[in-house]
Amino acid sequence: MDEQVKSTNSINVNKLREQFPILAQKINGNPLVYFDNAATNQKPLSVINSISGYYETINSNVHRGVHTLSERATSAYEGAREKVRSFVNADSTREIIFTSGTTESVNLVAATFGESILKEGDEIIISGMEHHSNFVPWRLLCEKKKATLKFIPVNESGELIMDEFESMLKEKVKLISVVYASNSLGTINPVKEIIEIAHSHNIAVMLDAAQAAPHIKLDVRELDCDFLAMSGHKMYGPTGIGALYGKEKFLNTMPPYQSGGEMIKSVTYDSTIFNELPYKFEAGTPNIEGAIGLGAAIDFINKTGYENIAVHENELLNYGNDVLNGIGGIKFIGTAKNKVSVISFLVDGVHPYDTGTILDQMGIAVRTGFHCTQPLIEQRYNLPGTVRASFAIYNTKEEIDLLGAGILKVKKLFL
Amino acid sequence: MKSISEIETQITEDFSLFDDWMGKYEYIIEMGKNLPLIDERYKTEEHKVKGCQSQVWLNAEMKDGKILYKADSDAIITKGLIALLINVLSGQKPEDIVNAKLDFINKIGMKEHLSPNRANGLSAMINYMKKYATTYAGQSVN
Repeated sequence: MDEQVKSTNSINVNKLREQFPILAQKINGNPLVYFDNAATNQKPLSVINSISGYYETINSNVHRGVHTLSERATSAYEGAREKVRSFVNADSTREIIFTSGTTESVNLVAATFGESILKEGDEIIISGMEHHSNFVPWRLLCEKKKATLKFIPVNESGELIMDEFESMLKEKVKLISVVYASNSLGTINPVKEIIEIAHSHNIAVMLDAAQAAPHIKLDVRELDCDFLAMSGHKMYGPTGIGALYGKEKFLNTMPPYQSGGEMIKSVTYDSTIFNELPYKFEAGTPNIEGAIGLGAAIDFINKTGYENIAVHENELLNYGNDVLNGIGGIKFIGTAKNKVSVISFLVDGVHPYDTGTILDQMGIAVRTGFHCTQPLIEQRYNLPGTVRASFAIYNTKEEIDLLGAGILKVKKLFL
Repeated sequence: MKSISEIETQITEDFSLFDDWMGKYEYIIEMGKNLPLIDERYKTEEHKVKGCQSQVWLNAEMKDGKILYKADSDAIITKGLIALLINVLSGQKPEDIVNAKLDFINKIGMKEHLSPNRANGLSAMINYMKKYATTYAGQSVN
């Protein structure tokens, strides 16, 4: 982008883009337009440098060495945990468990909390718009326990039908796990309301906050959720790291997830005493550089500010809707009132794969397919997939214009 | 009937006339329109090529010692890609199909579509077509 791109908010996007070296390249001869942010977003230099800096200066195993480097690595790793605690506003770092990401966080809760409370005939409720990672672990658990998995239905515009949700709450329901912001529709779900209703029935609630984290300020105490899962790579951090927040009262009673080093306090030939929280759930040498990178990503988000992020991304969302509406012949999937910056659509009469392939030739990266929400797209909406453009803080209206031009080319080629 | 390598050469020459990607894709889209369509009754799970973001159905029949392929897809570029393959391989002897290197895909600049990660499943289609040929080649030996 040559000209000065300045949004009406206080973010200077041009300046911000300089922190994301990957964006400066050309793809198929065209400037890269990266609109696949809901799959993973790009990383600022501060995150990249935090990882190389770790290996260049303090690489060492954590929690066990008496030497200086090990202490420095431990301090950086535990410092990152404190950043995550503050980021989600948890009471204590004992409630923050580092995992490989949202998928592992859900699997951990399913294998420990879920495994211990679920009995034959019980029910777990998720929503009809879950990502497979907050779906398949619960299905497997229910199959194992002869329990039933139920779904909060989704209306045509992509919102949860709350009246039906309330009528699903029976004594047999032991856990509710829902997505905070949908990756394929963009819908922001009324999670606070869900939690309030569930708690009035004494049912625990887990939130999949993978997609919410880069857009919405998370506050586990305000929401009063019992568990919350997130992924570093969806929020400007590295892949392979994420976190699970869990209320201490639950984490204390849950059995360990995996076993090995780090998660034990003492081992004899006859017995094992597990370590305290949060280490009880962190077996083996952890992803130290990942945690440090996640900490740097949190610093980046805090510095940018959620208010600025929301203003800029809402502008992009509205502008994107306007541009696509102006073209005509576009079907929008997910038109909820309350959305993060995700636009799922179809060019009428064109298969999403065809649209995505032509846009790629023009340097525009979008996602096509089911977006890991196959039941939602295939069964609820009866579609072969959608094209998804998802925006991040570094995207611009000029890039959306390029998407518009790309779609005109798609229509010319196929219609 | 031209040999596999003769048809590959012809396609490579056709593609060399295009100086931009639009021309290539227009050609592929056009190819898709001439795809010998699979009979509706074969549009079953059994005939589906796995690994495609779009749906692809493929069937093969042996006639006079040669394999005839028919296919269909719900995406037009995918349809064009499989039409290219059918153009090269359909009507050939099973042994020749099994041994075909299909270098033309590289030469026409479609190599990126061959990566197993690609959603169009071009490599899955090739595997599928060769699997049929291998089966028929085995039968003709017996």
